[in-house]
Amino acid sequence: MASTREIRRRIRSVKNTAQITKAMQMVAASKMRRAQLRALEGRPYHKLLEEIAQSLVPQAGQLRHPLLNPRPVRRRAVLVIATDKGLCGSLNTNLFRELFRRHGNDRVYVSVGRKARSFLASLPNSTGATLLAADFELRDNLTFRESKRISRFLLDKFSSGEIDAIEIAHSHFVNALVQTTEIRPLIPLAPESLSQGQPAAAAPEVPDNFEPSPEELLDALLPFFVDWNIYQAILDSLASEHSARMIAMKNATENAKQLVGDLTLEYNRARQEGITREILEIATAQIALE
Amino acid sequence: MSQLQVHIVTPEGVRFAQDADMVTLPGVEGEMGVFPNHEPLITRIVPGELVLQTGEERKVLAVGEGFARISAERVVLLSDMALYEEEIEEAKVAEAVERAQQALRQKELGEEEQAATAALLARSLAQLKVKRRHRPA
Repeated sequence: MASTREIRRRIRSVKNTAQITKAMQMVAASKMRRAQLRALEGRPYHKLLEEIAQSLVPQAGQLRHPLLNPRPVRRRAVLVIATDKGLCGSLNTNLFRELFRRHGNDRVYVSVGRKARSFLASLPNSTGATLLAADFELRDNLTFRESKRISRFLLDKFSSGEIDAIEIAHSHFVNALVQTTEIRPLIPLAPESLSQGQPAAAAPEVPDNFEPSPEELLDALLPFFVDWNIYQAILDSLASEHSARMIAMKNATENAKQLVGDLTLEYNRARQEGITREILEIATAQIALE
Repeated sequence: MSQLQVHIVTPEGVRFAQDADMVTLPGVEGEMGVFPNHEPLITRIVPGELVLQTGEERKVLAVGEGFARISAERVVLLSDMALYEEEIEEAKVAEAVERAQQALRQKELGEEEQAATAALLARSLAQLKVKRRHRPA
């Protein structure tokens, strides 16, 4: 049985840990509220933008816009949005596992967040060329303009022919307890990239008119659609990160409290034992003296 | 009489989702009035004023850049801004216009920054336009 002093030391250290995880939980909770709000209030906008873009897909053949029409894929870029910091449960691990499963030689990666960068650097690489085409920073209050730099980079590569398709991988925020991994094609816009497994909506009954010309409208709409998709994915990812971290820290705090309880019990037992022994010794000594 | 279902959505959420008799919106090729049974159309919109007419009631909003999808019974408008007339703070906006104009005149701005400032200016001017025109006499 450990000495009482030893147990007391352990209780103190566990209590300190609990204090830290509790503080981290509070910080994550307040960040989570903000991130959630940002992610959720953008959803209707995102959904409608997607609807509009989707209504263009059936007419892709006529419209002949490079972002609408698939071409043979030699090289596929994957934008990976993870977190900057760890201690957020299995969020990154889930994402990376899925990416690892799909990893192939035709892929290059663009990372957002430090964890994504270090994971991608560790991927098996048979070609010798670097897999990581670029990495971008992640900030809590990332603005649309900053996220646009990422999409511009990807679109430039796409139009210069260096890459032929763009996928996006991120954590999808469902609620504070549930986050799912989402990996979906972004460009070229194809029916499956938009409807995400749901049956495609009924084709518009009449071909739409465009104002200004279809080319000009698509030139404005499609890059914006990509910009916005990436921005929304980052917001989603941030909301997921803070939620996952809050839950992870909450569990850690609860575990620590449980441990303190167990240790306290053990400590009291040891203390009681010590006292009993002392009384016994005093009594014995007294009897011996008489 | 049939009505149009109008949805106005911004990144901050759904700003308006109701029926209206007529919508006037600032398209790239000029203002357009939309009645029910309009021909399907997708258009870009530019910063300006949007008017919703429902019976006798008239609502005016300042909208920013975006897109609108019009079909026979639905108008869906996506914009980076949608402010009701009464939400616009004239003094603040006037100040923003002033600052943006100055920045555009004086400073050497990068291409991206230039575009952002110009967009901000256009949004602010649209707000002022809405506010000043409809000020109660």
